[in-house]
Amino acid sequence: MNQGRRSAWPYLFLTPAVVLFTLFLAVPIGYTFHLAMRRTKVSGLGLGKGARREVFVGFDNFSAALADAELWQGWLRVLGYGALVLVVMLGLALLFALLLDSARVRLARFSRIAIFLPYAVPGVAATLLWGFLYLPSLSPIRSVLDADLLGATTVTYSMANVAVWGGTGFNMLVLYTTLRAIPRDLYEAARLDGASELQIAVRVKIPILTPAIILTTVFSIIATVQVFTEPTTLRPLTNTISSTWSPLMKVYRDAFITGDLYSAAATSIVIAAVSLVLSFGFLRVVRNHAFGEG
Amino acid sequence: MAGVTAATSHRRRSRGGAVHGSWGIAPTALLLLGAIYCLFPVFWVFIAATKSPGELFSTSTLAFGTGFLDNVEQLFAYRDGVFWLWAGNTLLYAGGGALLSTAVSAISGYALAKYRFPGRNVIFNILIGGILVPAVVLAIPQYLLFSKFGLADTYWAVLLPQILHPYSIYLARIYASAAIPDSLLEAGRIDGAGEGRLMARVAMPLMVPGMVTIFLFQFVAIWNNFLLPFIMLGDDGKFPLTVGLYTLLMAGANQPALYNLILTGAFLSIVPLIALFLTMQRYWRTDLSSGAVK
Repeated sequence: MNQGRRSAWPYLFLTPAVVLFTLFLAVPIGYTFHLAMRRTKVSGLGLGKGARREVFVGFDNFSAALADAELWQGWLRVLGYGALVLVVMLGLALLFALLLDSARVRLARFSRIAIFLPYAVPGVAATLLWGFLYLPSLSPIRSVLDADLLGATTVTYSMANVAVWGGTGFNMLVLYTTLRAIPRDLYEAARLDGASELQIAVRVKIPILTPAIILTTVFSIIATVQVFTEPTTLRPLTNTISSTWSPLMKVYRDAFITGDLYSAAATSIVIAAVSLVLSFGFLRVVRNHAFGEG
Repeated sequence: MAGVTAATSHRRRSRGGAVHGSWGIAPTALLLLGAIYCLFPVFWVFIAATKSPGELFSTSTLAFGTGFLDNVEQLFAYRDGVFWLWAGNTLLYAGGGALLSTAVSAISGYALAKYRFPGRNVIFNILIGGILVPAVVLAIPQYLLFSKFGLADTYWAVLLPQILHPYSIYLARIYASAAIPDSLLEAGRIDGAGEGRLMARVAMPLMVPGMVTIFLFQFVAIWNNFLLPFIMLGDDGKFPLTVGLYTLLMAGANQPALYNLILTGAFLSIVPLIALFLTMQRYWRTDLSSGAVK
C-alpha cells in the first residue's frame, strides 16, 4: 500500500532530467539526422522563404563528407595533434600523480595546487596567453628557444602544448585521488618484501590505477577529436592555421559561414561516429590486453 | 607518520651513497618543474597586464610595468564598458546554469539511487548515454531549434542547454547511495513524512558536500565554455567573457596598440576563477568519480 503511494515520486523527481534530455539532446540529435539526409533543391543564398526546398537525399551527404579531401586533411592534423596531447598529457598526469603520492616528495601541496591551476583558466584565455607567449615580439620563450613557434610545422606542437598545459592538472587530480583511496598498508607490505618506491609504483600503483587511466583516456579522446577552441583562438595570431584546421572547425564554417547546414550536420555525425569508434576501439584493445586473463 | 618514516629512511640512504641522495630530491625537482610550467603563463600575463603599450615591447618581458591601472581603466571604457557586461553575463550563465544543473542532478541521482521502480535502469542508461554524445552533434540543431522558437541569441540559448549534465547525474547517484542511509528514510516514513518532504529535508542536506563538488565542476565548465555561446549568440552584449575575449583578439590581433587591452582582459577573466579555485580547494573531490571507477 505504502509502496503504491510512493511509486509516482521517483518519476516526478526524474521529470526535469527527462524533459531536458528530450528537449536538448534527443530532439536535436533526431534533427541532426533529419538535416544530414536532406539538401536544398534551389541553390542561391536561400534568403527568401520560398526560395529553398528541402529534398531527401539519403546518405549522399555522408558519402560526400567521407570523400572530402579538406576534411581528411583535418583528420590527419587532429590525429597527429591528438596523439601528441594524449601521450604527453596523460603521461605527465600519471607521473605527477605518482610523485605526489610517494612519501619522499616535498612541497607536494604547493605543486598539486600549481599543476591543477590551469584547469581554472578558460581555453580561450589559455590559448591567448600562450599565443602571445609564442609571438616573436613579446615572447620570453623566443629568446631561449630559437624557433618560429607559430610556423607551419611547429604550430601543431605549440597547440598541443596549450592542451597539455590545460589538461594535465585535471587528469593528475583524478589519478591522485584514486591513489589516495588505496589503503596505505598495501605499500607497507610491499616495502617489507623489499620493493623499492619505483617497483611499488610500477607493480602496485599503476595496476590499481588502470581503470582510472582508461576513463581519463576515453574522455581525452572524445575531447581531442572535437578540438575547436584552441585552433580557433590561435588563428588570429598566425596565418598557418586554416579555417578548416580541425573537423569541427569545418563544421562551423559549413554551417555558419558557407551556410550549408546539411553537410555540416552530416560531418558532425561523422565526427561523433569517429569519436565513438575511437573510444570503443580503445576500450576493446585495453580490455583484451589488460583484462585478457579475466 | 608516513612522512616521518620516509624522512628517516631517506636520511639513512643518503648517507649510504650519492646516488640515493640525488634520487631523493629528483621527485621534488620534477614536481617543481611541473609547477613552474603551469604557473609561468599566468605569472607572465600578470606582468604583461601591468605594462603600458609602450613598455610592452620595450621593457624586459619579465619586468613589471607601470600601466596596470591605466590598462584596467581603458579596458573598462572599451566600447562603453562592454567588458563589464561580459563579466556579468559569464557570472549569470555559470552561476545560474551550475545551480540549476546541480539541483536537477541531485534530485535525479537521489531518485535513481534510493527508489526501486519499473524503468529505473532504462532511464539511467539513456540519461548516461548522453555522456557519449559529443557537443558537436548538438550545437547546430540546438541553434536551429532555438532560432525556430525565436530563442537564438537570447540568454536562454546559452543557459538552458547546459543544465542537463549526464555525468553529474551519475556522480549524484553514486553520492546519494553512499551518503543517504536507507534506514533514515524508513524512519522518516514511519514518522509520516511524505516523499517530497523526505527528499527536501532529509536527502538533500545529506547530499550537500557532493552537490558543492558538482556545482564547482559545472560552474567552471560553463565559465570556460566557448563553442555554445559562440554559436548561439550574435549580439555582443550577451557574450560571456570567453567569446568577448575572442572578439577582442579578432579586433586587436593586428594592432599592437590593443595588445595591452587583450592581455589585461585575459588576466582579469582568469582572476575570479583562480580565486574560486583556491578558496574552494577542499571541495575538488574527483574521488567521487574515481571511487566509482574501481
